[in-house]
Amino acid sequence: MPAENTPAGAHAASLDKGGVHRAAPQRLAQAALRDVPWEVGVAKPDPAIVVDGVTRTFGGLTAVAVDHLEVQRGGITGLIGPNGAGKTTLFNLLTGFDQPNTGTWSFDGRPLGKLAPHQVARLGVVRTFQLTKALSRLTVLQNMLLGAQGQRGESFLRALVPGTWKGQEKANTDKAMDLLRRFKLDAKKDEFAGTLSGGQRKLLEMARALMSDPKVVMLDEPMAGVNPALTQSLLGHVKDLREEGMTVIFVEHDMDVVRDISDWVVVMAAGRVIAEGPPESISQNQAVVDAYLGAHHDAPLTVEEEDQVLAEAEAQIAAEEHGGGEVLGSDVHKETGR
Amino acid sequence: MGDLIDALAVALKAGLGFQAIFFALLAIGINVQFGYAGLLNFGQIAFALLGGFGIAISVSQWGLPFWVGVVVGLAAAVVLALLLGLPTLRLRADYLAIATIATAEGLRLLFRSVSATPVTNGTRGLSSFNGDFISLAPWATNERYRILGTSWSGGELWVAVVGWVLVILACLLVWALMRSPWGRVLKSIREDEDAVRALGKNVYVYKMQALVLGGILGALGGMVYAVGTGSAVPDQYQNANTFLAYAALILGGAARVLGPVVGSIILLFILQFADTGLRLLIDNGIIPEGLLSSTDVAQIRFVLVGVGLMLLLVFRPQGIFGDRREVMLDAR
Repeated sequence: MPAENTPAGAHAASLDKGGVHRAAPQRLAQAALRDVPWEVGVAKPDPAIVVDGVTRTFGGLTAVAVDHLEVQRGGITGLIGPNGAGKTTLFNLLTGFDQPNTGTWSFDGRPLGKLAPHQVARLGVVRTFQLTKALSRLTVLQNMLLGAQGQRGESFLRALVPGTWKGQEKANTDKAMDLLRRFKLDAKKDEFAGTLSGGQRKLLEMARALMSDPKVVMLDEPMAGVNPALTQSLLGHVKDLREEGMTVIFVEHDMDVVRDISDWVVVMAAGRVIAEGPPESISQNQAVVDAYLGAHHDAPLTVEEEDQVLAEAEAQIAAEEHGGGEVLGSDVHKETGR
Repeated sequence: MGDLIDALAVALKAGLGFQAIFFALLAIGINVQFGYAGLLNFGQIAFALLGGFGIAISVSQWGLPFWVGVVVGLAAAVVLALLLGLPTLRLRADYLAIATIATAEGLRLLFRSVSATPVTNGTRGLSSFNGDFISLAPWATNERYRILGTSWSGGELWVAVVGWVLVILACLLVWALMRSPWGRVLKSIREDEDAVRALGKNVYVYKMQALVLGGILGALGGMVYAVGTGSAVPDQYQNANTFLAYAALILGGAARVLGPVVGSIILLFILQFADTGLRLLIDNGIIPEGLLSSTDVAQIRFVLVGVGLMLLLVFRPQGIFGDRREVMLDAR
């Protein structure tokens, strides 16, 4: 893996689509994204994934409504947002596990609409799951071998002729053992995956995804339920993916993690992208703060505003409408905007 | 003591006879579907019915050669598997279970219905279609032979020999498949379909292949049964047989190559031994007539098997061949 590259060469490579995978220097994407304005739907210098007008509704609920989103190639893009913001739904849409109501999205300029999950995976977009899907009653090594692509022995008839797949199986096993050593799971290779701890399963799932030599890795809450020591090693592995030229998109709630590894952060709330920018820009973004904490979380209400809010609330109660925090919050926002 | 040895010999014959082969092939098919791929096929007997009647109708009604009948039966099983799989395999596992259990009952009722009588001969069924097969026996089929303390007719013996060869071939096939990457994908689907999809495997195709393969094995089982009894009657193919095959599979150990075979032998052995043993005890007055009469024996033996299965699940949930660690793992 050519991890060492001169920054100049790296920057040049960032403009050349084909070159990125070969030469993948550190923080290339960060450099490329330096001059990108911090606006929602902004165009990136070298997008791997482009999402256009994707909406997904469940009954009356709009889970995802993304007008335009580009994901920079070779960078780590963090996807954050409060619970129910539509992050996992967006993941499902991008990987074919769910189909949108409207919209198009493409990977490397190739449209991904209407593709089944396995077809998306074969293009090089692999994902992990929020609830880890280790294959419990397979050994760790078997879990890994499943990740390899283009296996001849996975066809029914060729499976009966070991000569056609034995060589490939051996090469895959070597590759799997290399990855397991990297993830410090090699001692467990013959254990059932179901006996691993939660953190080890996260590691296994990530290692298994890497067996397929992906171009894009989508990690759904990779750090959830992982103890702090293991978090550090997981973080290291995610950074390694970037070093190897992969595009990483991950959902995460821990802001320290997001700040630490992301080149770019996309914030979703109520199905929409409400902000994007480098991690340091996000915590100062008013829309993000409002989304997480509600507008007015740190400013005292004036007497008039308080009266208005009270009057509105009472009117709502009188009308027997359901008055939740969101309804109230958006009303306040409207009032102060005047 | 002599009686006991006789009872054991009779039970051993049952454990090695065509009925055990029938259940073994059914259970091997279920093992591929349920044990390895996690598909709930609760209508395996429907495939056996098509296998048996494939031969019976082809030979008796259409006058075709026996081997064409075999091909017809297998083709019918493949078609049924595809018909069942196409709508249900994209859905959750329970939909296949519902569809198969309904199909098994539906097909049996269809085959015994009045409107089907011109083809299937209704409730009386078809017979005299196995002549071509029995005549292939290398020994005289109308004589009786004494083997392991019981007498076998030449025809019975021939069916059993060919049947066990089929079982061995089926086991070799399953063994070869399950050690290959194909089998690994199948086992992974049992664990978690979405994870397998996310790794670029077309889960639907693998499930369909497993359903068809299991269906073909079930059809072979039905053929052995039809040839063994020399007749094909729709009511022989009650769906209870599917669940007896499941019992055999769990007894032997699911997702093990030899599990369904050994399970079937033991199941049939126990059923027959309980039968002859209980009758013996009643005849000798050891069990008083007031407690249990010989007419109840046929039912009570299934109760004994049920109790045995319960004890097995408590003390050895993995079956005879299973790996306890594997079974004790949480499914997810």
